[in-house]
Amino acid sequence: MDVSVKFLTMALAILLFVAVVGVILFIAGRSERRSPSLVAYVFLFPSLLMLSVGLLFPAAQTIYQSFFDAAGKAFIGFGNYQTIFSSSDEILVLRNSVFWVVVTPFVATAIGLLYAILVDGAKAEAPAKALIFLPMAISMVAASIIWKFVYEFRPDQQGVKQIGLLNQILVWLGGSPQQWIVNSPWNTFFLIVVMIWIQAGFAMTILSASIKAIPNDVIEAARLDGVNAFGMFRFVTLPSIRPAVIVVLTTIGIGTLKVFDIVRTMTGGNFGTNVVANEFYTQSFRASNQGLGAALAVLLFILVVPIVVYNIRQLRASEAR
Amino acid sequence: MSSVRTRRIFASVSCGLGFALVLTACSSSSPSGGSTASASGDCTAFKAYGDLKGKTVTIYTGIVTPEDQPYMDSYKPFEDCTGAKIEYNGDKAFETQILVRAKAGNPPDIAIVPQPGLLQQLVATGKAIAAPKAVADNVDKFWGADWKTYGSVGGKFYAAPSGASVKSLIWYSPKEFTDNKYKVPTTLAELKTLSDKIAATGKKPWCAGIGSGDATGWPITDWMEEMMLRLSGPTVYDQWVSHKIAFNSAAPTAALNAVGAYLKNDKYVNGGLGDVKSIATTTFQDGGLPILQGTCSLHQMASFYASNFPKGTKVAADGAVFAFYEPGVKATDHPVEGGGEFNLAFSDRPEVKAFQTYLSTDLWANTKAKISSAATGGGWISANKGLDVANLTNPIDKLSASILQDPKTVFRFDGSDQMPAAVGSDAFWKQATSWITGQSTKDTLDKIEAAWPKS
Repeated sequence: MDVSVKFLTMALAILLFVAVVGVILFIAGRSERRSPSLVAYVFLFPSLLMLSVGLLFPAAQTIYQSFFDAAGKAFIGFGNYQTIFSSSDEILVLRNSVFWVVVTPFVATAIGLLYAILVDGAKAEAPAKALIFLPMAISMVAASIIWKFVYEFRPDQQGVKQIGLLNQILVWLGGSPQQWIVNSPWNTFFLIVVMIWIQAGFAMTILSASIKAIPNDVIEAARLDGVNAFGMFRFVTLPSIRPAVIVVLTTIGIGTLKVFDIVRTMTGGNFGTNVVANEFYTQSFRASNQGLGAALAVLLFILVVPIVVYNIRQLRASEAR
Repeated sequence: MSSVRTRRIFASVSCGLGFALVLTACSSSSPSGGSTASASGDCTAFKAYGDLKGKTVTIYTGIVTPEDQPYMDSYKPFEDCTGAKIEYNGDKAFETQILVRAKAGNPPDIAIVPQPGLLQQLVATGKAIAAPKAVADNVDKFWGADWKTYGSVGGKFYAAPSGASVKSLIWYSPKEFTDNKYKVPTTLAELKTLSDKIAATGKKPWCAGIGSGDATGWPITDWMEEMMLRLSGPTVYDQWVSHKIAFNSAAPTAALNAVGAYLKNDKYVNGGLGDVKSIATTTFQDGGLPILQGTCSLHQMASFYASNFPKGTKVAADGAVFAFYEPGVKATDHPVEGGGEFNLAFSDRPEVKAFQTYLSTDLWANTKAKISSAATGGGWISANKGLDVANLTNPIDKLSASILQDPKTVFRFDGSDQMPAAVGSDAFWKQATSWITGQSTKDTLDKIEAAWPKS
C-alpha cells in the first residue's frame, strides 16, 4: 500500500472520530436544557455501545459456542464441560492452574511484603526497590526466555559444558544436572518461580507505599507500649495495610489465572505443565476445536469472576474508610 | 523438442534475471514500469496467455524472506511477457489467516497452501475454484497420480503442486563412514545393524531434537510416518491417515514401537545431547548438529535441514555432512515421505487462470530452480518431472530431486499434515512429546485415537 493511501486513511479516521465526538457534544448540549440526567446517558452511550460490541457480544458468543461441537455446528449441551472435567489431560490442566493460583499470589505477596519491610527506611532504599521492581518492566515472554536459559540443560558428559545457571551451580556443588522443565510435576513450580519473580516487584511497590502511609502517631504509640519488631509487624503494620495486601493478592491471583505467555514460551504446554489459558488457545486455534476452546474460556471467566468481585468490594471498603 | 524447450527456458530465465538485476540497480524505489524489459526476453511460451496488461493477480503465502525473493523473481518472465502484475504477499501467520480470509469472503486470487489438510478446509469454505483444464493437463503430464490426488478434494482437482521436500533422509558424516568403513544401509535391517555396530564402540549413534515452540513433537510424527510407510506399506498408510484404521490399531502400534527401538533406546540416543528425555528439550534445529562435533552419527530429518548447518559447512557426499535415503524393508522398496505446496485459486478471472497455468509448467519449475540456486544456493525443488536436475546446484537438492523422480518411488505426503487439525497439529505432537518423556506406546496411541474428531 502506498504511503499516501495510508495517510489518507489515517486522516479519514481522525475526521470520523472528530465528527462522532462533535455529534455527541451537540446532542449533549441540546439535551442539557431539557433534562440534565439525560446528558450522562448521552455521554455513556458510546462507551456502552463499544463495550457491548467489543466485550459483551463476544462474551455471549463464546458462552453460546461452548455448547457446540468442534466445528461449531452441532449442539452438544454440556459435553465440552464434561470433557474438561473427565479427560485425564484436561484434569492435569486444571490441577496445574490450581498450583499456579495457590502458590503464586501468596509467595509473591509474602516476598514483596518482606522486602518492603526490610528496605523501609534503609539507606539504599530507592536502588534496592528498583532492583526488585525491574522484572516488572520486562515482558513475560522475555522473562520466560531469560529463565529458560537459567534452567537450560546439557548432558553430564565429557567435554559438554553446562550453559544453564541453575545446572552449573548444581554441578559446582557436586550434583548432576537436572532437566528442570521436563520432570513433572516439579516443572510447574519452576515456571511459577518466573511469575513470582515478575510479580514480587509489583507487590513490593504497592505494599511499601501503604506501609509509608501508616500514621506516625500509631507507630509511636506502639513503640511507647514497647512492642518488639514482630509485634510491630503483627499488630500494627499488617492490620493497617490489610486492604492493600488483599488488593495485591487478588490482582496477582487474577493475573496468574490468566497465565499464558510463560507456559507457552517455556514449554508450550508440554511435559504436563499446561494451564487453562494455554489449553484454551491450543484448542481454539491449533486443534480447531472451537467448542472446547470456548468452554475453557468460559471456565476461566467463571474462575476469575469471584476474585474480581472480592477485589472490587475490598477496594470500595478501603475507599469508604 | 527438448532443445527448443531448454532454449526457451534459458531465454526467459535470463530475461527474469536481467529484470532482477535492473530492480536491484534501482534499489528500493517502488517497482513501476519495467515492462520494456520484456522486449529483450523470449515470450513465445507466454503467447497462449494473451495480453493481460493492467491486470493484477494477488498471491498469498506463508513463504517469507529470504525465500520469497526467488518466488517473485520467478514470476517476472510472466509479468514481463503478459503485462500482468503479480502482487506477492508473504505472511508468517498464513495458515490461520488464509482460513479467516476465505471464510470472510476476502481471499487472495491464489494461495500457496502447504498442506493437503488445509487445502481441504479451504475448499470446504466453498470459495475455492477448481483448476482449469490446462492446469489439470499439465499436472497429468508432469506429476505422478499420487500428487494429483493430494491437490484434489472429493475427486475434484483443485490445486497443482508447487515446491516439494523429501523427508526420508538420514544425515551422516561421510568422513566417519569412510574412516570406519561403514556402508550406507540399503535396508531397514542394515540400518539397525549399523546402529548396533556404532553403539558397540561406545558411541551413541543417533541424535534427535523435537523442540519447536508450540509445535514441539512434530519430528516424531515424521519418524512414525516413515516407519508406518515402510513396515505396513502405502495402502495401510493411507488408511491410517484417513482414519479407516484406528490410530491405536496393530499397524500404528508396530510403527511407533519401531520408532521407540531407535529414539527410546538408551544405547542409541541422544548422541552429544543427553539421555532419551533430552530429545524433548532439544530444538529440532539443534538435533543434528552433534554430527559435526563427531558425538553423533545419524540424524533423521527432511531435506530443508541442509540450510541449518553453520555457514561454511560443506553439505555434499565428500563434505562434512550429507544425507542418504532412508531405506525400506527390502532394498527394492522405495517408499518416500515428503511434503509440498499447492497453488489454490479463489478466482477464475482469465489472468488468474493464466498465471495458475504458468505455475504448473516445467518452464516455471526450471525457472524457479535456477533462480533459487543462484540466489540462495538452492533449497528448492519440485516433484515436477520436467525439472532438469542439472538446474540444481546444491547436492542435497540433486539427491532429493532424484529420489522424487526415481520411477520406483512410491511417494506419500506427510501424514500428520493431512489429518484433522485436532490430531495433526495438536494431539499427535503433544502425545508424541509425552511419549518421548516416558508415556507408554499404548497410552499415547489411545489418547491420539480419542482426540480424533467424531463425525
